[in-house]
Amino acid sequence: MELTGLFFYVVSLLILGGIYALLCLALNVQWGMGGLFNAGIAGFYGVGAYTSAILATASSGRHLGGFSMPVPIGLLGAAIVAGLTGWAVARICVRLKSDYLAMASIGIAEILRLVFVNESWLTNGSLGISRIPRPFADFTTGRMSDVAFLGFVWMIVLLVYVATTRLYDSPWGRSLRAIRDNENSAAAAGKNVEKFRVQTFVIGCAVMGIAGGLSAHYFRFLSPTATDPLLTTFLVWVMLMAGGSGNNRGAILGALSIWTIWSVTEIFTNRLPPEWATRSSFIRMLLVGLLLQVVLQRFRAGLLPEKSPAVKFRKD
Amino acid sequence: MTEFVNFYLFPALTIGSIYALGAVGISMIFGILRFAHFAHGDLMTLGAYGILAAAALMPVNPLLLIPFGMALTIFAALFVDRFFYKPLRDLPTIYTVISSFGIALVFRSLIQLVWGSENQVLVAGVRPPLVLFDTFRVSVLHLQAIVVTAVIAVLLHFFLTATKTGRSMRAVADDPELAEVSGLDTAKVVRWTWIIGAALAAIAGAFAALNTSAHPNLGWNLLLPMFAAAVLGGIGKPMGAMAGGFIIGMAEELSSYHWIGDDALISPSYKTAVAFIIMIALLIFRPQGLFKGRLL
Repeated sequence: MELTGLFFYVVSLLILGGIYALLCLALNVQWGMGGLFNAGIAGFYGVGAYTSAILATASSGRHLGGFSMPVPIGLLGAAIVAGLTGWAVARICVRLKSDYLAMASIGIAEILRLVFVNESWLTNGSLGISRIPRPFADFTTGRMSDVAFLGFVWMIVLLVYVATTRLYDSPWGRSLRAIRDNENSAAAAGKNVEKFRVQTFVIGCAVMGIAGGLSAHYFRFLSPTATDPLLTTFLVWVMLMAGGSGNNRGAILGALSIWTIWSVTEIFTNRLPPEWATRSSFIRMLLVGLLLQVVLQRFRAGLLPEKSPAVKFRKD
Repeated sequence: MTEFVNFYLFPALTIGSIYALGAVGISMIFGILRFAHFAHGDLMTLGAYGILAAAALMPVNPLLLIPFGMALTIFAALFVDRFFYKPLRDLPTIYTVISSFGIALVFRSLIQLVWGSENQVLVAGVRPPLVLFDTFRVSVLHLQAIVVTAVIAVLLHFFLTATKTGRSMRAVADDPELAEVSGLDTAKVVRWTWIIGAALAAIAGAFAALNTSAHPNLGWNLLLPMFAAAVLGGIGKPMGAMAGGFIIGMAEELSSYHWIGDDALISPSYKTAVAFIIMIALLIFRPQGLFKGRLL
């Protein structure tokens, strides 16, 4: 019994770890490859979560919906709507320098959160959307559906990993890194800096949308607290910095290791006396904040540092 | 008219004062240290809680306890600058921004750890408003906030134009290389930037907490309007940031006044969005701000 409990604990850990890995891969496209400081991850994640939930959920009368689409369509919709939101944001903000982009993206995430809370015809406000279906609901029931969902999440992680790794080594990715490292020389070489940045931002936001959609299908319930900017945005930044920005494997490793530390410490803090247990989440937050400082000062390259692919010339 | 003054103008001026005091610090730090300090809001919260802690020991008017809050924020600011921001100073500033993001969380979780996450009021009970000219009813707190901010604005102006330290600070904000080769003591300028920024943050935090109540997200919720104010006033222009704070505060509060017809112009639940939209519009069309600040 103890062992099955442990097994399902690991399953839930890996599902959320996979969702964070997706967010990390997305941020790695934007920050690691493109050098764009997106501090509004929670906003795009929320857009994806709501899109997928609204598309896939049966009619309830309390919010927009009743489309009852299959989950993959919902996720595709999540990617498209989050990507479009990202495109609109990028068109406006992508020219801004790093600090300003950080402020603008946080502001946009905050506006999106206000929309989720206030537009109850769309999202049912703070009461949230419930009974969101899971994929393969017809074949699996109960806890086995967690295992099926685990496979589904990691299949998507694998797809995104392959795609972003191909992108990294493609001519597009090389130009992008040239822009990141020296904007002026890339522009002088004839690269359309703004176009590359908009594309990067959109790709990253679409993947963040997919991650948001997956989380909605996993929890089966979605309310505006799910897009708490703190946990999502901040944890993903710590994960990418710790894992190694610019390295896709580092992004996944960082997501898994930080998420494991985050979840496992919860087991220990729950055993503390009650007056401390309620404060345990603050202790964890404090430690993650300090961990980020250590990473920034001592291990800036992360666990798996970025390795630029070798330049190969064709031999004729 | 009376309704407008009582329920919109004075609250707007109060919010404006809070933003102004916070934005001065953000603008100076951005101008002199060249990074957007994301922990500034939480520094304000820390100041408010410092006053709360002092109020638990000394039952006097909380405004008299502001020095305790200031001492706490100045210590905290100098501490994090020395141990967390300074080691990153030679790197691209974005690393310091990320670091300050983390420090914001460290501050907030420390506050929650020490004081818990409930709302706490500094002054219990309802205070009767002052009645001016038999028509205008103004809360004492609002009047205090506006007067204190006005006094600080005058003092700050004097400090920046008439003292050596203040003039060095403006010189560094305008052109750091030139200031350095002219032999200005940059370390001292940085220290004073933090001291003034943190002290004003404590005052802003105190008024914000008195205006509503003290809670751990108090400052974080005010951070973005304060950034907007700093950008509006021009980065590195403390007096511009003050003006920007008032403009943003007024725009936010007055946007929900029923200018046209009987309905609020913008639903009050979207009040905070007004500041962001002003900020984003500014960043695109006039990033140097109204008063020709630096463009970093």
